[in-house]
Amino acid sequence: MVPARTGTTASERHPIVTTNLGLSRGAARLEGIRTTGTRRRARQDHPLWFLVPALIVLIVFFFVPTVFNFVYAFTDWSSFKSAINFVGFDNFVTLLNSGTLLTALRVTLVYAVLVAIFQNLFGLLLALLLERDTAVNRAVRVAFFVPVIMSALAVGYIFQALLKPDGALNGILSAVSGTTVDTAWLGDTTWTIVVVALIHSWKWMGLSMLIYLAGLKTIDQDMLEAARLDGAGYWATFFRIKFPLLAPAVTFNVATALLGSMNGFDVVQATTEGGPGGTTELLNIFIFRTFGQGLFAQATTMSLILFLVVAILAFPVIRFLRKREDVL
Amino acid sequence: MTTTALNRPPLVRRILQPVGAVVAAVVLLGLPFYLVVVTASKNQEEAFSPDLSLPGQFQLFENFGTVFTDGRMLPAFLGSLLVMVPAVLGVLILGSMAAWILGRRGGKGLAVLYALAISGIILPPAVVTVVLLLRQLGLAGTAVGMIGVYMGMYLSTVIFFVTGFVRTIPPELEEAARVDGASPVRVFVKIILPLLMPVLATATILICLYIWNDVFYALFVVGGRLDTLPLNLFQVASAGLYLQNWHLIFAYIILMSLPLLITFIVAQRKIISGITSGAVK
Repeated sequence: MVPARTGTTASERHPIVTTNLGLSRGAARLEGIRTTGTRRRARQDHPLWFLVPALIVLIVFFFVPTVFNFVYAFTDWSSFKSAINFVGFDNFVTLLNSGTLLTALRVTLVYAVLVAIFQNLFGLLLALLLERDTAVNRAVRVAFFVPVIMSALAVGYIFQALLKPDGALNGILSAVSGTTVDTAWLGDTTWTIVVVALIHSWKWMGLSMLIYLAGLKTIDQDMLEAARLDGAGYWATFFRIKFPLLAPAVTFNVATALLGSMNGFDVVQATTEGGPGGTTELLNIFIFRTFGQGLFAQATTMSLILFLVVAILAFPVIRFLRKREDVL
Repeated sequence: MTTTALNRPPLVRRILQPVGAVVAAVVLLGLPFYLVVVTASKNQEEAFSPDLSLPGQFQLFENFGTVFTDGRMLPAFLGSLLVMVPAVLGVLILGSMAAWILGRRGGKGLAVLYALAISGIILPPAVVTVVLLLRQLGLAGTAVGMIGVYMGMYLSTVIFFVTGFVRTIPPELEEAARVDGASPVRVFVKIILPLLMPVLATATILICLYIWNDVFYALFVVGGRLDTLPLNLFQVASAGLYLQNWHLIFAYIILMSLPLLITFIVAQRKIISGITSGAVK
């Protein structure tokens, strides 16, 4: 083996010639020729300064505010005075004692879990319904993607109008049932959280559907044919073959729906603004409301709690879902 | 006997499935969208309590005119473009530059850097303290501040998508140019960027969708200082002047959704295949 430390300028400029001794890179590596030359080449060919602009933007606009979160949650920063003092855990204690912290956290988690369930259920059912490549199915798929590209705020207002006590849905239900239906869909302290989660899922189910459709496309047709010849019915084929093979799509859809809706705001703000009685007040709704009142430190504290909850949940959720892929 | 066994699948296939698909679309999509169009075509009195009845007098275009002037749609449209275009171009360029290095070079340090760089896909941005930071930088309420915040939020998405894609590009393609003496900048611009186009197209669609429709971060950063389409919709819908003016809210929603809707209908095949190819792998 020849050590390629022929450090002339020419070999530095074209290290490929001297380091590899005319071998291809793979062959050179097999020969054990891993030299300073290849390192230097990597440094020259893919210089680190390419990372710098992105890192500056990430640091200034993402990491510094996040670090600030950990600082200003422990202060009395507000719009009512100019000085900012450290107050220790006062904000946490206040939020805990008033019950808002646990309520907002519970509402957010319930909302996220409901959205993850509904959005995936609807998305999967739509994908199964529209699985075959026919003209009708293609058109309907495109139609179901329209809510995905709409503003979530607009979707919220549409459903607010649809679900009013004297709104269109109750009108239809009254006509069908023959009696007057005046359910306050968005005014129930127990069930409205479910209704807003359904609206959120309605907006995003088209995306889940697309991803499940893409997953279904990757399934080997021969396997399905073999199952059919063995006499497996539609649902047996689904539960035994299709659903297990959809695991990567499930991972993506459940993780994005769960963690994305933890950060939800638009749909709930447009339909209930957190009501009735705070039963749909997500963390972000609370943050927006207290920020508007000038209670910046409290808003920051909730923002920090949201950050921590998402961070704590993200890793186990993704690891669990990935493991599921391996087993199946 | 055998005929029934053979006929059953075609019956389901030929009739029940298409009927089911169309019924699902009509009930789940047709109903809400019909309500929007029909209400947007009514006058204030008729639209006060939105229902499925047809308008007595069709005045969709008059309502468009009203929201266009009263809802300040033109400034809002320009404001939305003003923050979206630079933010999207910025994340695409900076993100692919970083992703090229992260995809090509190894080492522990860069692995940690990559993990940090993509953490923003899942972790929520610190929306309150970013306002404080922008004040300190003198960027509060400005388009530049908003662009910076969006870039900080969506760089992670671009870096994640593009780094994965860079690793699938054979390094030999770069080496040929390098032997001819091309600098890294030249290699990146002439060879890597063109190859990245499919994945950049997907990222563009996703990020345009997020930024065009965002109201939450805009409320904090530029609320009241700069018009964007979702911000003005929020004002139109929550201001006392417009309260319960459903015909105007829905007219606004239709106009606001049109740009993305038209883009989507024109390019739906590419958009759909682009989005799905990134997710399931």
